[in-house]
Amino acid sequence: MASTNIPAPGVATREFRMPSLGTDMEYGTVVAWHATPGAALKHGDVIAEIQTEKGVFELECPMDGVIERIVVERGTRVRVGTVLALLRAPGPSAPPEALPAAVRASPAARRMAQDRGISLSHVQGTGPNGVVTLADVLREIANAEAAAAPAPATGAAAMRQAVAATVSKSKREIPHYYLATDIDLGAALTWLQAENTKRPVTERILPAAILVRAVAVALRRFPDLNGIWKDGGFQRSDAIHVGVAISLRTGGLLAPAIHDADRTPLRELMVALQDLVQRARNGGLRGSEMTDATITITNLGDAGAHTVFGVIFPPQVALVGFGQVTERAWADHGGLVVRPVVTATLSGDHRVTDGHYGALFLGEIARLLASPEAL
Amino acid sequence: MTYREAVREAIRKALRADPRAFLMGEDVGRYGGCYAVSQGLLDEFGPERIRDTPLSEAAFVGAGIGAALGGMRPIVEVMTVNFSLLALDQVVNNAATLLHMSGGQCHVPLVIRMATGAGRQVAAQHSHNFDGWYAHVPGLTVLAPATIEDAHGMLLAAMHHPDPVILFEHVLLYASEGQLPDGADAVSITSAVVRRGGSDITLIAWGGMLARTLAAADQLQAAGISAEVVDVRVLRPLDDETITTSVRRTHRALIVDEEWRSGSLSAEIATRIAEHAFYDLDAPVGRVCSAEVPMPYPRHLEQAALPQADTIAAAARAIVGR
Amino acid sequence: MTTVPATPATTPAVPDAAHARDLLRDMLRIRRFEERCAELYQAEKIRGFLHLYIGEEAVATGVMRALTPDDSVVATYREHGHALVRGVPARAIMAEMFGKATGCSGGRGGSMHLFDTARRFYGGNAIVGGGLPLAVGLALADRMLGRRSVTACFFGDGAVAEGTFHESLNLASLWGLPVLFCCENNLYAMGTALVRAQAQVDFTTKAAGYRIAAHAVDGMDVDQVAAASRDAVATVRAGDGPMLLEFRTYRFRAHSMFDPELYRTREEVDAWKARCPITTYEARLRAAGVIDDAAKATLEAEVGREVEDAVAFAESSPWESVDTLTRHVYSEPEPGHAT
Repeated sequence: MASTNIPAPGVATREFRMPSLGTDMEYGTVVAWHATPGAALKHGDVIAEIQTEKGVFELECPMDGVIERIVVERGTRVRVGTVLALLRAPGPSAPPEALPAAVRASPAARRMAQDRGISLSHVQGTGPNGVVTLADVLREIANAEAAAAPAPATGAAAMRQAVAATVSKSKREIPHYYLATDIDLGAALTWLQAENTKRPVTERILPAAILVRAVAVALRRFPDLNGIWKDGGFQRSDAIHVGVAISLRTGGLLAPAIHDADRTPLRELMVALQDLVQRARNGGLRGSEMTDATITITNLGDAGAHTVFGVIFPPQVALVGFGQVTERAWADHGGLVVRPVVTATLSGDHRVTDGHYGALFLGEIARLLASPEAL
Repeated sequence: MTYREAVREAIRKALRADPRAFLMGEDVGRYGGCYAVSQGLLDEFGPERIRDTPLSEAAFVGAGIGAALGGMRPIVEVMTVNFSLLALDQVVNNAATLLHMSGGQCHVPLVIRMATGAGRQVAAQHSHNFDGWYAHVPGLTVLAPATIEDAHGMLLAAMHHPDPVILFEHVLLYASEGQLPDGADAVSITSAVVRRGGSDITLIAWGGMLARTLAAADQLQAAGISAEVVDVRVLRPLDDETITTSVRRTHRALIVDEEWRSGSLSAEIATRIAEHAFYDLDAPVGRVCSAEVPMPYPRHLEQAALPQADTIAAAARAIVGR
Repeated sequence: MTTVPATPATTPAVPDAAHARDLLRDMLRIRRFEERCAELYQAEKIRGFLHLYIGEEAVATGVMRALTPDDSVVATYREHGHALVRGVPARAIMAEMFGKATGCSGGRGGSMHLFDTARRFYGGNAIVGGGLPLAVGLALADRMLGRRSVTACFFGDGAVAEGTFHESLNLASLWGLPVLFCCENNLYAMGTALVRAQAQVDFTTKAAGYRIAAHAVDGMDVDQVAAASRDAVATVRAGDGPMLLEFRTYRFRAHSMFDPELYRTREEVDAWKARCPITTYEARLRAAGVIDDAAKATLEAEVGREVEDAVAFAESSPWESVDTLTRHVYSEPEPGHAT
């Protein structure tokens, strides 16, 4: 077989589409491209940012390769599934005639176009030698605004709408069952305190992290709680990506995932948790973080709730809730002692698991937290 | 009142106001000044204060510096910028430098006036414009009054300046006429001024080029182009803010400079526009300068070498694209 | 050639003892100060150009004696001695040579640009001939303001070839201005011998061309310099217009520090060194009984202390902050500066 350097036409290209970051997401707006056609990208590199009702998310490149062509310019709102760009494997580029010619535009026109998300390649230049001028861009903006559909809801209202759609779908489709158990955190907190005295203040581990860790490790032995409901059946996930419910200061809720939480050491888990909260509140979450969770944890301890019975985040099949850690009277070997106690709950999808399975899972969490050094 | 009368009036006021002030230069006394600026002043102030000098540019410019060091307020008239080259050492190495190299001790409150520019068919040795050369030198303040009011007011302001000031009076302006407002006094010697408002392009000019740039703006108006005209008037230190503000509004700039293009002040202004307003530009910065040739004598060649209203307007239209 | 300078009739046969010791002390101050400068240059404490005056001390010493504090001095880039005997503190001069903030020009000038307006010392001018027009202007200001001051303007034989020499002499004479032109003729303009640079080496005739009275003076004899200067300053101050004194002198050191002296012979230098203004004057004073070994030792000790104090001061002085780099390009508003 003769080798050739010429790639087979069409074979190497791959369509990069507007992803669904949630069942409630219908549209997204490309707000930035982080790569230009021809620039080399690695799998996982941030390629673009999109705006959804839930905020701005970063999209990662699904392969090693280059952008062949950008199809949807920055500033354009498109339906989920729309092709945003064509990617191709690394190697010789496509024939040059396939690339768009460089646009001649003035600095002022370029800055205005960039600020307003206008693609200069679509703008008719009327300056000397056909240069695109500021006036040309302003005309294009006016035309685009005149043609634009009524603006969708934005900000807090849009977020509320999105949350409403998600929880409605969950309660409509998922038959929830609920379990609760009280867990003695005495050993876990004592161990944490000892650990933290060895660390600078900025590197201290909070109880929330050890709870996430315990859930993730427990899931290894309870795989039917870890996965998604899809096409009428349960799909178990080998990876354990724990979604963390984060309430936003502006109202609303996000549950981005910590990938491979069961394989992430505690101190890294703490860093990941803080990073996730910060990015959820300031923007900068990635698309994969919004779609990859296989279970969700909600922790309302800070809010003072004793017990939380949460709504499962579809298409997941389970949600673990933690309330406030409080000192409570605790029977111990026939005596009464005061222990720090947290109430852990499980919201389970009865299509996939039963209460018995769920109860054993909560028991496993309690067992793991009794031996924190093993976490 | 003519431009030369406005300068004369300012000299008269300065000499009346301050006994330390005096005028010296070639033919400023009995002759009345090569450009008749100082006519009549000898009679009023006498030969000590309206002081004719020999043709010794280095010596009398240097003596002006020395007199300023000694507590006087000299106005030195160098007949033309062409001859100022003979005194360039004194201007650059002494007037502009003494304050710094004495650690702030030697103030040189000296005003040097000189005629500049081309347009009178006096050929290659009498048609120079070295605005940019002088504007290059730290320590100097360089002024180019283009109007009657500035000719009068900038000289008065210069007389109150603690450091050396170069005043360029364009030969074509001396006979220009205008009104000096009642109570006219010193004007700013730190800021440029917008002489005409406009929205499509900023025309930047000074001194002898201002009038023809305003004429070009009239032509552009007829063609439907609204040109703003900035009179730079302070060549050092340049008023970046006025220039930048205008260009940010019009997004286009054309500099009109009577100097040869290479290394001229127009190059400095264009660079500053690029530094301060690049992303506001809707077209490359343009320049209309003199042809790079020693000034020829015949009128048609001389005029062809110089920026004219027509060439300014044409350059502006090419930038605006209509 | 030039006429032999007549010994001024006013020179006393036996020197006034205090006056003579002062002259010797000032010459020694210059000599010891500059010898130390040469060491400090080699130690890289002083940089740039360093033009030593060694051998020519009698000229500045003698002329300065004739001036009052109201008179002005314009000097050249070989001006350490002039500044020193004009009264600029040795500390401020040395600090300036170091480039320190406490220097007499704030460290901005260095060896070639010593300024002290309080002592009416206007540089420190390093363009040959560039200082002469300034001197004319200073004198013009004095005249117009009714001050009876004299401006002493020092320049070398090299400056005589510059246009400003001729323009300035003409202007000063034309306007009858009180300038004493002091030509320090050390026979070389850098490395070019006078006879190879000028068609007429008799400077008094050049002055005569501008109707300026001129005398040639033995610049190696401080008594003659002092006497000639005293008479000339009196004449100029009286309003009789400018005068020119040509001081015939010789620099013993190189033009500046990095000069292999290919243009003159060792024999010539040695012949002039035999006429050293300090050793010859000291011998004269010893012969007249004005000083003895003990007095000389005391003098040397005093001068040595002054020089070492100046070095210590310069060494310990602060540098100007780089933040002030662009200061003094334009005047700063300050109370008392008339605008």
